Amino acid sequence: MVQNIIDVRNLSKSFDISSKEPGLKGTIKHFFIRQTKSLKVIKNISFEIKEGEIVGFLGANGAGKTTILKMLCGLIYPSEGSILVSGHLPFRRKENFLKNITLIMGQKQQLIWDLPPIESFYLNASIYDLDKFEAKKRIKRLSEMLEIDQELFIPVRKLSLGQRMKSELLAALIHEPNVLFLDEPTLGLDINAQRNLRKFLQKYNKETNATICLTSHYMKDITSLCKRVICVHEGAISYDGKLDLLLKKLSPVKEILIVCRSEEDAIKLENSGFTVKNKIKNEITIKIENRFITSSLKTILNNFEIEDLFINEPPIDEIIGKVLIKKDYDI
Amino acid sequence: MNLRKSLKVYKKFLHTSLASELEYKTNILVDLITAILSLIGSIFLLSIFFQNNDYIGGWEFEQALIIQGIYTILNGITNTWFNPNLTEIVKHIREGTLDFVLLKPIDSQFFISLKKINPSGFLEIMLGFFLLFFCIRINQINISLSFLTLSLITIICSIGILYSLWFFISTTTIWFVKTWNAIEVLRSFLYIGRFPLNSFSFSLRIFFSVFIPIAFITTIPSEVFLGLSQSWKILLEVIVTTVFLVTSRKFWLFALKFYSSASS
Repeated sequence: MVQNIIDVRNLSKSFDISSKEPGLKGTIKHFFIRQTKSLKVIKNISFEIKEGEIVGFLGANGAGKTTILKMLCGLIYPSEGSILVSGHLPFRRKENFLKNITLIMGQKQQLIWDLPPIESFYLNASIYDLDKFEAKKRIKRLSEMLEIDQELFIPVRKLSLGQRMKSELLAALIHEPNVLFLDEPTLGLDINAQRNLRKFLQKYNKETNATICLTSHYMKDITSLCKRVICVHEGAISYDGKLDLLLKKLSPVKEILIVCRSEEDAIKLENSGFTVKNKIKNEITIKIENRFITSSLKTILNNFEIEDLFINEPPIDEIIGKVLIKKDYDI
Repeated sequence: MNLRKSLKVYKKFLHTSLASELEYKTNILVDLITAILSLIGSIFLLSIFFQNNDYIGGWEFEQALIIQGIYTILNGITNTWFNPNLTEIVKHIREGTLDFVLLKPIDSQFFISLKKINPSGFLEIMLGFFLLFFCIRINQINISLSFLTLSLITIICSIGILYSLWFFISTTTIWFVKTWNAIEVLRSFLYIGRFPLNSFSFSLRIFFSVFIPIAFITTIPSEVFLGLSQSWKILLEVIVTTVFLVTSRKFWLFALKFYSSASS
């Protein structure tokens, strides 16, 4: 049986936030008297993640995804509830725990700016107690997987964003952690660099059975990497389950464009009981529920003179966009 | 964290930061020239004060030069280690890169206090020692084992006090986010340490002994050099240093509980 590697129970987090009124008067008032209020950014959430799973955290900006990741890796103390990651309480940041995890942030970097990435790799290797031989072996393996063996000796400041991000990944993975926390790892990368990074993560997960928790605003990251998603809305979990189930739930119908042989056939089809979206001459667009697609298509092909047909999937970005603004999904 | 690992990691810190600094040769050259000019300027200023007085606060010019020597060593240490590292704490907290430090299996205080090095500060340390050796000759000080031990102890204590004060102020960034000004004030107080404590008024002497212990940082080691220091003062300096180091350490660990990381 696959073990739970992350176990979160009734987790909440509150921050003290100070607010300021606009204008000079507000600024002066704010300087002398800070009005702070406690804001609950994470509200009583619970979930489990199994070893080897890749889980995507979805939510709008400020929904609380990054705060959850930072609590999972031990950077932020939870206000209430409990977290266990690899059998450790993350916020204690014990050496054994830290050697098992890594955090990669798309918008922050740990590489030494003026030196080639290889220097940062060896520095990290010494911090993680790896001897030179082992470090060299791992750098070689990971740089081949990431296809950056040529860039290892070029100063970081001269590397492209994509090459830098790959180097960041290598620096973060040199100790071969079994839990990866990735906070928007493909931010700012071009399409090819994004694809390469995703390919690498898939391969890494397959080879090492590492657990990956990922946040991203690029839907392609989520759809190509994650079977399971946790949707966060205003600090609470609005959905936790399989991605394809969520997509089916959110997009229960498909649109089918049918090109009939003649306009008469199109009129006949229009009057046959299907939900018609529009009709232009011999082209007719109908909406069919996902579960009736096969039977409906059989009926249409057997009873009407059809020249061509196209099944249109609604764009995934549009579907997941709905997740970001809705509160509950009962699936 | 064990000593072997600390030394291994520190060797890497030295290597990477020296390599980073050596990328900018002109900058190092300018820093070296600045260090030499700064020392010449300080000695010149001190000589102006002594132009019409043989004694200031009971110290002769040759004796006051010892304070200048110790100040130069401390300033060199400040520029070599404290300035490049401890000012970075503010940046780490403001930009959220402290996350990377906290997630490494290494003591976070060790990491942020020693990761960088500014090699041009070494020249200042060397100049400070040259000045001290010069002072030993002109003041005809006998070098004995007890003299060397006490000098070393008091100088190490001075470094410890200065580090703790600086680290303490930088730690408050976790709550106040911006504390550059407080660090600048501390550096300004350190400039005061170039002059004998007795040359200040009684109230300032109390202030610089109790609140900002500049007196401990330069005057006591100088008194040791001149054989003027009483043992209770040296003992007091050791106690003050221990209290400062332990307090700054505890304060850092306490402050980390309030670290909320920068938003992404």
